[in-house]
Amino acid sequence: MAQPVQARVRAVLKQNALLRADIEGLADDADLYAAGLTSHATVNLMLALEEAFDIEFPDRLLRRRTFSSVNAIAQSLDEIGLHKVAA
Amino acid sequence: MISPLAAARAVGVEIAARHADDVDARARFPMEAITALKDCRLLGIMVPESDGGAGAGIAEVASICHALGRSCASTAMIYAMHQIQVACIVHHAVKNPWHRTFMKRLAGDQLLLGSATSEAGVGGDLRSSICAIEEKDGRFSLTKQAPVISYGADCDGILVTARRTPQSPASDQVIVVVPREGYTLEQKSGWDALGMRGTCSNGYRLDTTGGMEQVIPVPFADVSAQTMLPVSHLVWSALWLGIATDAVTRARAYVRSEAKRTHGSVSDGSWRLAEAASLLQLMKSNVVAALRQYEVAMGSEDRLTALPFAVAMNNLKTGSSQLAVQVIHQAMLVCGLAGYRNDTAFSLGRHLRDAHSAALMINNDRILAKTAQLLVALREDQGLLE
Repeated sequence: MAQPVQARVRAVLKQNALLRADIEGLADDADLYAAGLTSHATVNLMLALEEAFDIEFPDRLLRRRTFSSVNAIAQSLDEIGLHKVAA
Repeated sequence: MISPLAAARAVGVEIAARHADDVDARARFPMEAITALKDCRLLGIMVPESDGGAGAGIAEVASICHALGRSCASTAMIYAMHQIQVACIVHHAVKNPWHRTFMKRLAGDQLLLGSATSEAGVGGDLRSSICAIEEKDGRFSLTKQAPVISYGADCDGILVTARRTPQSPASDQVIVVVPREGYTLEQKSGWDALGMRGTCSNGYRLDTTGGMEQVIPVPFADVSAQTMLPVSHLVWSALWLGIATDAVTRARAYVRSEAKRTHGSVSDGSWRLAEAASLLQLMKSNVVAALRQYEVAMGSEDRLTALPFAVAMNNLKTGSSQLAVQVIHQAMLVCGLAGYRNDTAFSLGRHLRDAHSAALMINNDRILAKTAQLLVALREDQGLLE
């Protein structure tokens, strides 16, 4: 499977209509804030991701950079996953 | 050489306090105090020493705002708003040649900076813009309908927010520095308000052009989250604390004068003095703790954009703004009619009116709603000394 996490993140962004721009037209490293993601919407995005991936974001990851691109989100999810295994 | 804080205290006591009632009555710019602050070279203190400033930090600036707030809230607010703009440039653009030159000029000529962040039609949301930077051949033009530009007529430069391009969404903003020679203001509304009357927060149509290098290179979202919001809440809270402190000083003087007059018996309302002092201590602890928190987070983008930090700064603002009014109200109950009247040494009307602005400038209801949303995301609670 090619980039399954990225594809699932894109699905969450699309379902929740959190961007003004069309996610299809954005690269995985495109700045989501420049595409219309607001700080207000970031919390909704976090909740949607927690629901979709059945994970919890620790407070230390609740910062702007975590949600700045599809890749950044995927990386954070990866980090949470790794953390879980380690724990 | 006397310290910036000592100089500010002297300006507050000797100049700002003397003109405060007239500034308030006539809703005029506190020219004497601002000129004195310029003469003491206090406008450029946040500029790095290498560029002609004093390299002062937020805590020192907040101390000055507090000192000025004890004498004239309008003067303190103008000074605070100016330093918020300076902080945005110093923290986010000081490496840019254009901004560095501007900083040197600011420190050298003691320029007073204003702010055009609010805009007609966005419902008070500073993180949304309608107007946009229109670029052509490295130059930009920008027109903004600003419902408020505090002391717009008296500043030497303005920081203006706008969408990055005419195609950008409302939230994709930049902030651009425009010196006095680069803009025109057409006054659209006046400022006859309950308090903070000397800030002369008129509404204007702002037309500006300049070079693209004047745009601060990082997104306004970052400037706002890391500097403008936290610094605003810190310096505002410090000056509100200053207003409340003077109210308690007046209440204490009233109780003392009554005790002298009645040969030692304390007046009925004097227990409220203890209550006011207790609230004041709470308020001060809040401001000092938040200043420490900001200093710890300074320089770390992750810490400055972390949700717990945003929640803490929001709480500082909503908490301080409410406490200031409560403290002054208690002080007025202590002083009774002497506090209520406008013509005694214990008058507190101006303090109370000025302090009521605190809940409105960035409305507390808006901030509380945002905080509530952030709290949904947070799970962990911090320990006592963390």
